[in-house]
Amino acid sequence: MALLTSRNAAAGGKLLRCAAAAAIPTIRQLSSSASTITVETSVPFTGHRIDPPSRSVETTSEELMSFFRDMALMRRMEIAADSLYKAKLIRGFCHLYDGQEAVAVGMEAAITKKDCIITAYRDHCIFLGRGGTLLESFAELMGRKDGCSRGKGGSMHFYKKEGGFYGGHGIVGAQVPLGCGIALAQKYRNDENVTFALYGDGAANQGQLFEALNMSALMDLPAILVCENNHYGMGTAEWRAAKSPSYYKRGDYVPGLKVDGMDALAVKQACSFAKQYALKNGPIILEMDTYRYHGHSMSDPGSTYRTREEITGIRQERDPIERVRKLLLAHDIANEKELKDIEKEVRKEVDDAIAKAKESPMPDPSELFTNIYVKGFGSESFGADRKEVRATLP
Amino acid sequence: MALRKFGRLSLISRIGKRDFSIASTSEGLIEKADSKSINLFTAVNQALHIALETDSRSYVFGEDVSFGGVFRCTTGLAERFGKKRVFNTPLCEQGIVGFAIGLAAMGNRAIAEIQFADYIFPAFDQIVNEAAKFRYRSGNQFNCGGLTIRAPYGAVGHGGHYHSQSPEAFFCHVPGIKVVIPRSPQQAKGLLLSSIRDPNPVVFFEPKWLYRLAVEEVPEDDYMLPLSEAEVIREGSDITLVGWGAQLSVMEQACIEAEKDGISCELIDLKTLIPWDKETVVASVRKTGRLLVSHEAPITAGFGAEISASIIERCFLQLEAPVARVCGLDTPFPLVFEPFYMPTKNKRMISFPKGSVLRTKVHPHLAISPPLPAEMPPLFLPPKNKKVVGTKLGFS
Ligand SMILES: Cc1ncc(C[n+]2csc(CCOP(=O)(O)OP(=O)(O)O)c2C)c(N)n1
Ligand SMILES: [Mg+2]
Repeated sequence: MALLTSRNAAAGGKLLRCAAAAAIPTIRQLSSSASTITVETSVPFTGHRIDPPSRSVETTSEELMSFFRDMALMRRMEIAADSLYKAKLIRGFCHLYDGQEAVAVGMEAAITKKDCIITAYRDHCIFLGRGGTLLESFAELMGRKDGCSRGKGGSMHFYKKEGGFYGGHGIVGAQVPLGCGIALAQKYRNDENVTFALYGDGAANQGQLFEALNMSALMDLPAILVCENNHYGMGTAEWRAAKSPSYYKRGDYVPGLKVDGMDALAVKQACSFAKQYALKNGPIILEMDTYRYHGHSMSDPGSTYRTREEITGIRQERDPIERVRKLLLAHDIANEKELKDIEKEVRKEVDDAIAKAKESPMPDPSELFTNIYVKGFGSESFGADRKEVRATLP
Repeated sequence: MALRKFGRLSLISRIGKRDFSIASTSEGLIEKADSKSINLFTAVNQALHIALETDSRSYVFGEDVSFGGVFRCTTGLAERFGKKRVFNTPLCEQGIVGFAIGLAAMGNRAIAEIQFADYIFPAFDQIVNEAAKFRYRSGNQFNCGGLTIRAPYGAVGHGGHYHSQSPEAFFCHVPGIKVVIPRSPQQAKGLLLSSIRDPNPVVFFEPKWLYRLAVEEVPEDDYMLPLSEAEVIREGSDITLVGWGAQLSVMEQACIEAEKDGISCELIDLKTLIPWDKETVVASVRKTGRLLVSHEAPITAGFGAEISASIIERCFLQLEAPVARVCGLDTPFPLVFEPFYMPTKNKRMISFPKGSVLRTKVHPHLAISPPLPAEMPPLFLPPKNKKVVGTKLGFS
């Protein structure tokens, strides 16, 4: 990720306020060091059975620039995926992440690639955050050989083993017990790493979450359950489906934290706090208050169960990229033009990746039969008539 | 067994409004006057309207159903019957089915929707261990006969791993429930009403491929089609083909093409998978001497295996060829490889002169775009030195 040097990080003790939109990041420069900047989160954290961490988050100009670039890249990737889907180059079910980017980048800023992440089907940007490339993403989306799952998974099934990304799961809620199992292995390995198991506000109502949470709490597992609350599960508003939409409290005996998921720095603060807590004490829930701009999937216009005003209101007041843009400008770390240039660069990167991905071949048809069993450990696969036509695993 | 044409209503029965009743077997035809040309999701919608209207103890619920559901099957129900009888549930399949069983146990008709058949598995335990055995283990004190679980199943062209599966065989292994799958709008309406009113719990799988695609004349009034009664929808003398749901239209195409090669096919819609109508299939196979079963689900332990075994037990001496199964492959439901996976019409038998072994022609590699390398491993090529006639390459 591009790193830019800070030009004016040491304004010193001045309370900066930008006058533009309603949700102005409040910036307080508490530090006089040239490299660290201290920024206050948009809103305070709310804790459940735990004292929340401080609102003051330390960051650097480099980090803010990388947040900006990474989120711009994610957003551009999702918008491009939308067009590719409409052009029928992406088939299957496709769920986009634009609006929620701050969760992906903030989380990565707090952890290492030895920590693990597991999520549901809205997985493209988490994959990028874990070090996945645009080419692998677009190739996977289009079902090509160079995709991160070799073209066999599609949009809902991105994985990256070396980045600690356990993927992309289709059955709502099913990834959470898996994540807790990963945390069990981490605990037994004694390697001081944690697992972030992401799920939605809709998924929060699945029974298996509670089973997994109870087990994790009994065993003090380093499992962090991250509820990405974008306020809708398909067309269902959170309050229609949840008696208590305070997802951070729903672990009852497990502590929780409510976080502004549109503020990358708040996410970072919460995730590093949670990691330390989980390593010492066991599971914790983070509720990320976030928003998806697109419909649930490509077949959902996203406008029947919520108002246009709601969407534009959030875009104007809480957009995670705009928040960082304002911080960068306010701190004089970059100017408008430099940020626009980054967005242009990112656009080009995305276009180039798409062009490359289009050249990637379809997976070999014999791949239909691979990875069902380990070669030599399962049976051969049969052709359509069972008796006469058979295929040996390649 | 009377032979009836595809697309004609075989059996209509008008029923008492509140009792659980089994469709009678009196025959009748559609009165053209009050029927309309509608698609399958609209037919399902009509059936649900009728079910709610004719019995105040019936309820419809599931994920997003009060908004019409993802396939529009429940459109207008909440507006018409109120939020107490038609309601959204949270995302929790096990809870949905468990609640439905309890509701039904109190003498109600609980019509639960599972959004996709792929998501029925969190509720599998409730269906298999609770619903199916309630009557038996309580010595008939309790039952959940008013329970009907609707779920869209099967391929849609590019649904991928978790929006395409055909899990019917799992449920056919469970005595105590019925499994019903309609092939068309007319069938969907009549069979769904029978399922809702049947005094046993029913799992009703709807072919999602056909929701919009299949359109036919459907009577507007309340009618039921009998469960556990198969229907011969095309008569023939050389081979019997058995299938259900969306696969029947594929098989019909295969019949038409086989006809051009001088092969006369008899096509049977099983409609109810358990308990299934063996007699109709047996009678047909005794006549034709050959049987081909086709389903989208993977071939191994699919319901075709059960049909095959039962027919061999009963028709061994009449069979002139081994039973053939043209089914989905033994792989997870693939995303980009869906055309390879599917039991398309070109995977039908290519050659079956009387007395010869029924054979299946499959060569899917030649029909994927972009073109594949020439040295593709011949996964599906028919064995060498056997003559193959009438090959047509490509997919349906
Ligand atoms: C077990 C199961 N039931 C239903 C579905 C269909 N489905 C897919 S996503 C979704 C909504 C999930 O909402 P949420 O958990 O809030 O995640 P979001 O899409 O908002 O990221 C539903 C109902 C599914 N995939 N799996
Ligand atoms: Mg949600």
